Amino acid sequence: MSVFKEFTKGFYKENPVFRLALGLCPALAVSTSVENALGMGAAATFVLVGSNVVISVLRKLIPAKVRIPCFIVIIASFVTIVELMMGAYLPELSKSLGIFIPLIVVNCVILGRAEAYASKHGIFLSALDGIGMGLGFTFALVLLGAIREILGDGKLMGYMVFGPDFQPVLLMILAPGAFITLGLLMGYFNVLDDRRKKKLEGGSSS
Amino acid sequence: MDLGQLFAIIIGAIFVSNFVLSRFLGLCPFVGVSKDPASALGMGMAVIFVMTMASLVTWFVYVFVLEPLGITYLRTIAFILVIATLVQFVEMVIEKTSPALHKSLGIYLPLITTNCAVLGVAVVNVDDFIIADLPKTASFIYTVVHGLSAGVGFTLALVLMASIRQRLQLGDVPKSMQGIPITFIVAGLMAIAFLGFSGLKI
Repeated sequence: MSVFKEFTKGFYKENPVFRLALGLCPALAVSTSVENALGMGAAATFVLVGSNVVISVLRKLIPAKVRIPCFIVIIASFVTIVELMMGAYLPELSKSLGIFIPLIVVNCVILGRAEAYASKHGIFLSALDGIGMGLGFTFALVLLGAIREILGDGKLMGYMVFGPDFQPVLLMILAPGAFITLGLLMGYFNVLDDRRKKKLEGGSSS
Repeated sequence: MDLGQLFAIIIGAIFVSNFVLSRFLGLCPFVGVSKDPASALGMGMAVIFVMTMASLVTWFVYVFVLEPLGITYLRTIAFILVIATLVQFVEMVIEKTSPALHKSLGIYLPLITTNCAVLGVAVVNVDDFIIADLPKTASFIYTVVHGLSAGVGFTLALVLMASIRQRLQLGDVPKSMQGIPITFIVAGLMAIAFLGFSGLKI
């Protein structure tokens, strides 16, 4: 049960984007379409799992004082792997994600998990934590991307949703749409959380 | 190298493609440190300095180390190490020369390493100026000026946001929207205003 919890906490309870407000820059920048969101999510998940495993293996060797630079070098190595692989096999995706691939290095989700989880837990749990958090991050990106793509382009994964008469809301694809969509979604997640807490309190008092 | 282009770079980095409001870089400090204008200004000044220095140093690293050795694919690792060292160095210098400033910036300083605007400006410089077919002096000056004005753009957005948030405290915001969500809605409205600059022809 607890292993399962480690895995699923990334989706809702500790969702990196909506609940912890981490990794916001890539979340907003690449969520113009579901396709970009999936690509970015996959890249970040790969780096998260890889760096979590390596840091967990080396956690007893890394001196506490210089741990942050060590973590950053490990993360940067995995990011370079992703950068080269994506440039070689998926050149179009790599072009549309642009500078946000090298910027995975400074994605606070990854350094945050390294510091808060991988440096304190075993290899198996760290890998699981990486997969769970990575999928939670991807879920947030895809949700944002889907809303922005449907409203701003009238499409989902390139297919028309509303038919040819739909007037796309261009603003949603541009920068302001990203901020406003994320703000509203965060507010909605807060409402959901409040309801869950109320339910828990109501259950325990009765 | 001509002044017109230089002017275009400055206006472009501060207004048209503002690092926070149109490129989505440096959002964590934008949300985290924008509670009062004074500390926002302090943070902004530190970021301006680090971004300018980072542009300068990464230009030398790229042109004189990575390119001659043919290892430009290592730029991400090289740049992040340079930036981390730089931030550490800046912290030590400020601590020695002006303890008062160090105390007021204290917690923000180490955080600048993971501010993606700093690594972002270094990577954008490589793509826009260093790889582009420019004479060395021109690409150097453009790089440094771009770093400086990107920092100014970041500070502008941060200080504006902090001032708005101070007013917002008096407003009647629904409970679930308080804090970060309403900040993003405000940022969205600011981004709409900044979209107006995108029509500028320089």
